[in-house]
Amino acid sequence: MSNVFSLLLARETRLLFRRPAELANPLVFFAIVIALFPLAVGPQTQLLQSLSPGLVWVAALLAVLLSLDGLFRSDFEDGSLEQWVLSPHPLPLLVLAKVLAHWLFSGLALVLLAPLLALMLGLPGRCLPVLLFSLLLGTPVLSLLGAVGAALTVGLKRGGLLLALLILPLYIPVLILGSGALQASLQGLPTLGHLLWLASLTALAVTLTPFAIAAGLKISVGE
Amino acid sequence: MNWTWFHKWGSPKWFYEMSGRWLPWLSVAAVLLMAVGLAWGLAFAPPDYQQGNSFRIIYIHVPAAFLAQSVYVMLAIAGLVGLVWKMKLADVALQQAAPIGAWMTVIALLTGAIWGKPTWGTYWVWDARLTSMLILLFLYFGVIALGQAITNRDSAAKACAVLALVGVVNIPIIKYSVDWWNTLHQPATFSVVAKPAMPFEMWMPLLLMVLGFYCFFGAVLLLRMRLEVLKREARASWVKAEVRMQVEKGL
Amino acid sequence: MSFASFAEFIAMGTHGPYVWASYGVSLAIIGLNVALPLLARRRYLQDEARRMRREESK
Repeated sequence: MSNVFSLLLARETRLLFRRPAELANPLVFFAIVIALFPLAVGPQTQLLQSLSPGLVWVAALLAVLLSLDGLFRSDFEDGSLEQWVLSPHPLPLLVLAKVLAHWLFSGLALVLLAPLLALMLGLPGRCLPVLLFSLLLGTPVLSLLGAVGAALTVGLKRGGLLLALLILPLYIPVLILGSGALQASLQGLPTLGHLLWLASLTALAVTLTPFAIAAGLKISVGE
Repeated sequence: MNWTWFHKWGSPKWFYEMSGRWLPWLSVAAVLLMAVGLAWGLAFAPPDYQQGNSFRIIYIHVPAAFLAQSVYVMLAIAGLVGLVWKMKLADVALQQAAPIGAWMTVIALLTGAIWGKPTWGTYWVWDARLTSMLILLFLYFGVIALGQAITNRDSAAKACAVLALVGVVNIPIIKYSVDWWNTLHQPATFSVVAKPAMPFEMWMPLLLMVLGFYCFFGAVLLLRMRLEVLKREARASWVKAEVRMQVEKGL
Repeated sequence: MSFASFAEFIAMGTHGPYVWASYGVSLAIIGLNVALPLLARRRYLQDEARRMRREESK
């Protein structure tokens, strides 16, 4: 069982590294969105600093969403998804490996890029650990929930916008908790509560969403 | 336990016959309850000591908000029944209830905004209740959009069922996080609905309106489902006979 | 009765426009929700009638 998991993880990694541009696109998108805000609201340091928790989180959320659009597409088109559904291994486990691989290379990269962009927005250095932790706990939830939407829309011609419509409302708790943690740390308040809540959301998402993703894939493949 | 009552729901023909019998009763109940509730609430209930007469908006705002939330839960239950027992009627119910629920959310949002003007001085405040309603509206849009985007009828219903189930697990989380976000940013908002013990003349019309809205929902849902059943089962002989009879009656 | 006259009832204290606007909008939406399925049913039956006539005349 764990053998399948690690094999699949290795396969996904290999596939991802064959198309490095696709890994870089969400990161570039993240950086561009962050750069748009000072241009839109003006370069006042004070204003940008107070807005930065929300900005970083909204941009990260959109970048994750964008990267998920093609999560299952190539597997759907070349028929590997059908093999997954037919294979004797539990589909939720396979799906978990797939999402984990995706998160390791796109979500984690996003987390590592975020402090740099946050500093550019004027977030003080003492807030960076909280930023890192909140993104580290929050982005897996974003990836897993987004994968549910990606699984449901994989068979559709123009699923991208639909995916956003389906999934963005479900992202709201993560957004509230993540930017709330950052806001609290910016004001020098304790942030442990926010982070623990985020962690419990992560635990919930890791346990429940693989089943929803598997159900979604079965529907899309069966169509 | 005897499960025959449950298995009967598997038959579209049985549903069509029974719903034809229920529909008049539900419609009459909805009209009566809503008429009495409206007249009582608008003309006879005493004005609120703080908000004056603007509080009378409660008699549509609260029933609509109630209904909007319960319809989403109903979507998820119908989805579960459809996924587990492969019951076609549950799929029909899921897809036909979603637009009604979305409209109820729109009513709750609009009346909430209008109510906000005399109470808060502006039409829109990012109050926890209104914000949750707005998110609920987006969730409804998602279900409706997904159902429209998938052309295959069976997979559309299944996909909507999965989405509704994921949504219903999320609703309490969204609700609590929004409440908590709200208290964090606006410590002392004046909540329009949370009231210390309403007198009988105030809550009785509210109860009638809530029941009336539920009956209204039941009647409209049956109307929509009956049409959808006719369309889906168009090749069955009983549907052909029924359509022929209706056509001859109408011409 | 909590109002002395009909004019007072329409005025609703100073909140008449708000109360009547929200009731108007809501009743319109409720009416729409009842009317649309009824119209859809009529349209469907009319289509079916047309189809039957076509098939019979063949």
